[in-house]
Amino acid sequence: MESKLNLNMELVAKARASASKIADDVQEFIDVHTTVAVERTVCRLLGIDGVNDMDVPLPNVVVDHLQERGLLAGGAAFYVGNAMAEYGLTPQQTAEKIAAGELDLAKVPVHPADEVRAAVDPIVNATLERINKNVGQRNEFLNEFGDKEGPYLYIIVATGNIYEDIIQAKAGAKQGADIIAVIRTTGQSLLDYVPYGATTEGFGGTYATQENFRLMRAALDEVGKEQGRYIRLCNYCSGLCMPEIAAMGALERLDVMLNDALYGILFRDINMQRTIVDQYFSRIINGYAGVIINTGEDNYLTTDDAITSAHTVLASQFLNEAFALRAGMREEQMGLGHAFEMDPSVENTFLYELAQAQMAREIFPKAPLKYMPPTKFMTGNIFRGHIQDALFNMVAILTGQRLQLLGMMTEAIHTPFMSDRALAIENAQYIFRTMKDLGAELTYKDGGIIQSRANDVLTKATDLLGEIEELGLFTTIEKGIFADVKRPKDGGKGLGGVVIKSAEYFNPFIERMKGKVAAE
Amino acid sequence: MSSGLYNTHKNDFDTTLDLTKLKPYGDTMNDGKVQTSFTLPVKDDARGEEAARQIAKKMGLEEPNVAFHQALDKEFTFYVVYGSCVHSVNYEEIHVVTVESDVMSMEETNEYIQKNIGRKVVMVGASTGTDAHTVGIDAIMNRKGFAGHYGLERYDMIEAYNLGSQIPNEEFIRKGLELNADVLLVSQTVTQKDVHIQNLTELIELLEAEGLRDRFIVVCGGARVTHELAKELGYDAGFGSGTYADDVASFAVAEMVKRGIK
Repeated sequence: MESKLNLNMELVAKARASASKIADDVQEFIDVHTTVAVERTVCRLLGIDGVNDMDVPLPNVVVDHLQERGLLAGGAAFYVGNAMAEYGLTPQQTAEKIAAGELDLAKVPVHPADEVRAAVDPIVNATLERINKNVGQRNEFLNEFGDKEGPYLYIIVATGNIYEDIIQAKAGAKQGADIIAVIRTTGQSLLDYVPYGATTEGFGGTYATQENFRLMRAALDEVGKEQGRYIRLCNYCSGLCMPEIAAMGALERLDVMLNDALYGILFRDINMQRTIVDQYFSRIINGYAGVIINTGEDNYLTTDDAITSAHTVLASQFLNEAFALRAGMREEQMGLGHAFEMDPSVENTFLYELAQAQMAREIFPKAPLKYMPPTKFMTGNIFRGHIQDALFNMVAILTGQRLQLLGMMTEAIHTPFMSDRALAIENAQYIFRTMKDLGAELTYKDGGIIQSRANDVLTKATDLLGEIEELGLFTTIEKGIFADVKRPKDGGKGLGGVVIKSAEYFNPFIERMKGKVAAE
Repeated sequence: MSSGLYNTHKNDFDTTLDLTKLKPYGDTMNDGKVQTSFTLPVKDDARGEEAARQIAKKMGLEEPNVAFHQALDKEFTFYVVYGSCVHSVNYEEIHVVTVESDVMSMEETNEYIQKNIGRKVVMVGASTGTDAHTVGIDAIMNRKGFAGHYGLERYDMIEAYNLGSQIPNEEFIRKGLELNADVLLVSQTVTQKDVHIQNLTELIELLEAEGLRDRFIVVCGGARVTHELAKELGYDAGFGSGTYADDVASFAVAEMVKRGIK
């Protein structure tokens, strides 16, 4: 790609090297820890599903059982596998017996590691085979229908009721949407379990459950076949169940997942040790399942100022890239995020937005960038809002953004009406059609406002990453350098679920999934 | 006979402004012109269009003109409709409850507190209940504020605690007591099916149940909050869109002084 910004590539290399060191430092912490969420994910991947008579999901039952007995450090796969080796049970039967109080994993005679491994191997193979088939199916659809060039039109449904969501999603897909995200009910990110079954009650969104994933996937496949397009499904792999959602998504063929390394810490006050360990396993799974992740840098700009804090977005993109690489993810799956959030009353902010978006494009050339619409300066004046969304769409087509979360003119008023989405899609299609190749026709003035802005942001981001490298990531977050939010290392939710691994720790899925993509 | 946008044939209405019979204004006094848009769950055809026209009539729109219709799906159609509203209201008789306090600048508020209260005022804010959005409470509380109005954290004489989002009402009250708050600020940004009203009501009920209602100045804010609604729900004040930290701070400290809180 020809550079339009005359970026100082030495600074880019320096920033990347800093991010890499920061991630290595954190990786040492990750490698010796596991969490309740990671182990519940292992349970799910071993096929443990369903709830007990108190509606507690069986993965939670098993993991709580292990934690109460001080056994979590060895990994759920070890103890479940051990019970399988001893009694010839399936993982699901093992979980059901624990739920019924008929089995105590602490009392099962311990088998040698190779016997445990032999017991779980067929199950691991079957799970990987299921994910392979899902990826194969996606590839088949994409081969048959072709994949879209230019920005994917990405819309959100958020009715709270999965069946109503399906109606909205199908209508959106027919109007031209390429990605449907089912936004989660507010509050789900702080649940330390994943609800079970189809759900019809939620506020500002719908529970992420495996059954809801399955229902929406089937609906989108149906409408996709009708439209001759593959409609991608997106959900939120964040919060206290980050890796579990990744596993559910892999099992039900989700295509896109919100999956940020730092978001939960900063915006949901989830403990940083917990999140950082959880994000690693979730990204291994997303990587294997061919999922495009979306990182959450856009959120910084809802609390912080987009003009003065643009460099924190870039710094975080470097960090998200570094963490994703450590989880074995390919660059083509890294939907690094940013947003069109500058104050419209300030002169030349369109130029700054252009500089920021083009800079991300040039620094992360293979990443399918995720671009988020204006929200902070949407006022309820829907007519101006529609224009703000149009400017946002223009930046996207000029700079080759890939996942375009469409702005709604009714942002800040209500969750979108069906017609709001239709108008947003029309807006984007109009601009993407009529300005399709405008970006290729434009060069930016040497040393002009756009080039200077980009290099200025890059310089500041490089400096910031240098600072973080000195401090370490945990201390940086404690000091409130990201999003102006301070989080203590031992504060927040979920710290109780972080455990140091024992020497015998066993997680067959990390071994088999990391750095690989299914069906390849 | 078209009743299109450029229709001028029906000009037989009185075009003098009468505030006892106030009507919407399009381009002529008392023409009553309004625009509305909505979706009907029917297919896009002549019958659907007639349905849209009839809905508009029932809304009180004379000579409705379906300017635009477009299928959103097989069984959903979007309509943009113009018409003349038959209704009027008596503007003279309308009384609205608004927050009555002189808005002071940050410096003036600091001085006012020093002079009249003589210690720092503690304000605790949160986006409560299921609301995950912090935009509103951040705009009021964060140091940098919003649109050029500094946030409460920047006020020398205010100790501001922003608890963030999704704070259950019980926890909010507990924190308020723990921090010895004078003022509780509740933000509700995005709401669905009027959950914000439920949640705002619950907070007041909890405070009353625990005999704490008079312990705090309680203020709510958000895009869909009005002062009138807030008063109705039992709050001391409500701040809607277009209000900032200085509005909130001015009201709260004046109210404390009015109540003799020191």
